[in-house]
Amino acid sequence: MSDGAAVIAVQGLSKSFGGKTAVSGLTLSVQKGEIFGFLGPNGSGKTTSIRMLCGLLTPDAGSGTCLGYDVRSQTRSIKREVGYMPQRFGFYEDLSIRENLEFIAAVYEMKGRPAAVDAALQQLGLVQRQKQMAGTLSGGWKQRMALAACLLHQPRLLLLDEPTAGVDPKARRDFWVEIKQLAESGVTVLVSTHYMDEAERCTRLGYIAYGKLLAEGTAAELRARFAVERLEDVFIKVMEGVDDGVATKLAA
Amino acid sequence: MNDWLSLTRLWAVVKKEFIQLKRDRLTFAMMVGIPLVQLILFGFAINADPKHLTTAVVSAEQTVFTRSLLSAMRNSGYFDLVATPTTEAEADRMLALGEAQFVVRIPPGFSRALVRGEKPQLLIEADATDPATTSNALATVLQLSQTALRWDLTGPLANLQPTAEPFELRLHRRYNPEGITQFNIVPGLMGVILTMTMIIMTALAVTREVERGTMENLMATPVLPIEVMLGKILPYVAIGYVQVLVILLAAHWFFAVPILGSMTLLLACVMVFILANLTVGITFSSIARNQTQAMQMGFFFFLPTILLSGFMFPFRGMPHWAQIVGEMLPLTHFLRIVRGIMLKGSGVAEVWPHLWPLLVFTGVVLAVGLKRYRRTLD
Repeated sequence: MSDGAAVIAVQGLSKSFGGKTAVSGLTLSVQKGEIFGFLGPNGSGKTTSIRMLCGLLTPDAGSGTCLGYDVRSQTRSIKREVGYMPQRFGFYEDLSIRENLEFIAAVYEMKGRPAAVDAALQQLGLVQRQKQMAGTLSGGWKQRMALAACLLHQPRLLLLDEPTAGVDPKARRDFWVEIKQLAESGVTVLVSTHYMDEAERCTRLGYIAYGKLLAEGTAAELRARFAVERLEDVFIKVMEGVDDGVATKLAA
Repeated sequence: MNDWLSLTRLWAVVKKEFIQLKRDRLTFAMMVGIPLVQLILFGFAINADPKHLTTAVVSAEQTVFTRSLLSAMRNSGYFDLVATPTTEAEADRMLALGEAQFVVRIPPGFSRALVRGEKPQLLIEADATDPATTSNALATVLQLSQTALRWDLTGPLANLQPTAEPFELRLHRRYNPEGITQFNIVPGLMGVILTMTMIIMTALAVTREVERGTMENLMATPVLPIEVMLGKILPYVAIGYVQVLVILLAAHWFFAVPILGSMTLLLACVMVFILANLTVGITFSSIARNQTQAMQMGFFFFLPTILLSGFMFPFRGMPHWAQIVGEMLPLTHFLRIVRGIMLKGSGVAEVWPHLWPLLVFTGVVLAVGLKRYRRTLD
């Protein structure tokens, strides 16, 4: 992949489930080292978008690449190099932290696995708890473990689906310090969130509602464009615009 | 990048399954304990040749002939003469209430008619609601009519002796000369227990991952469907062999069931049978959307397996179409194999006609399962 090419470059991605549109015409470009924040109400299509990007869902329409691989035909290559963290804790609760990480390392066929697992445990401060069953961890520790598992195979792109939902403020701050460091080291991050303080930390933001990307830009750009003080007002304005549109459509 | 089966990934899944199995103590204990308990319970409990059946006698007379008849019945072991009701109505009541399985009615004037050579009738009524209970006893009674009075019909009555048949009939009950039920049931139970645990355990395997949310994570990794399937199957092969070992030892110690054929051949055939069942389970697992559905599918498969395979009812007694259905079930073939090897000392040549259907079955079901395994969340 040449340096100038976007890490994520998709055009017009659409997906519907049983006639219900989840995402329609998503066009997105994310550059290397960016932290792209995905914002939008529940059910707006954030999760579906992320799943299409990491090869878990096949788009109904549209095309594009992720890390230079086609999102339709080269999903196996995408899976090898992307770190995906689903919204729901997806590790084995009856396995210890270490066993979970060892499993992930083996599934990615990593070399020097014990050392890699040790390093990941060290990096996220999980060494003391490595023998604890994943099911007995609190929300914050679960999220830490999920991030460690996600980073284990040294992905170039992180897709994080509401990683900080249900996590306390201290743990959230630590988490974002980690994300910033990763981005500085050249990892690209796409993260969905409902928290405005987290949105402020993103280098660029995209606001998605009703399956459509409605506004995009840096936090400062968006505030200026909508002439508001606070970021959340931007989205209230965006939603008002959309809902008015929907209302006029319904009235017509 | 290689897109083929990776031993590293496969081993990772196997190891993970083993750890989970080890942590689930109750399930683990049940998988080893249940075969033993069931084998002992059913092995001792099931008897296809019931004896000591309750019998009531309504006798209008007591003569040397009736006494000989009744003691011959008693001596056969099938009939316990428990009551002598005085009226027909009383006997009917006992039959209806199940207090007596049989009622023997000796009419008045029976002995006199017998001596006169008038061939009097003797009525035996059976509660035949369950034909299996009464059939052996009734077959014995038919034989008794030929021999019971042999010692009484002497001197002037000798001409009433049943005439000799023109030829002598000899019966050889081969492979199980004493007709011991356990010899048939115990090898069969091995098949039933394997079917049950293998199918249920694997049917839950994939659906459990879906329900717990670990499937999404797994699908986001480079692991291939075949690796997940094999990785979930292999630990149960080991469990299956533990069960077989437990059953064989119990069969030997508790029931003295012989193993005439080759042990190696038996264990090799067990492998094929285990794989056949595991593929069924894993395929159910990839079709079902949750654990409840998977469980139900398991039971839908299980019932015909028990009823149509020849485990519970004689295979040759079923109509042709039912036999065809039966031929499609793995247990049918396994029963023939395992009974053949253990009781008849069958070798490879005798076993092969029943082994290849198992191989075909496994291949077909695995293909369906792999096709149905969802590689994406679509």
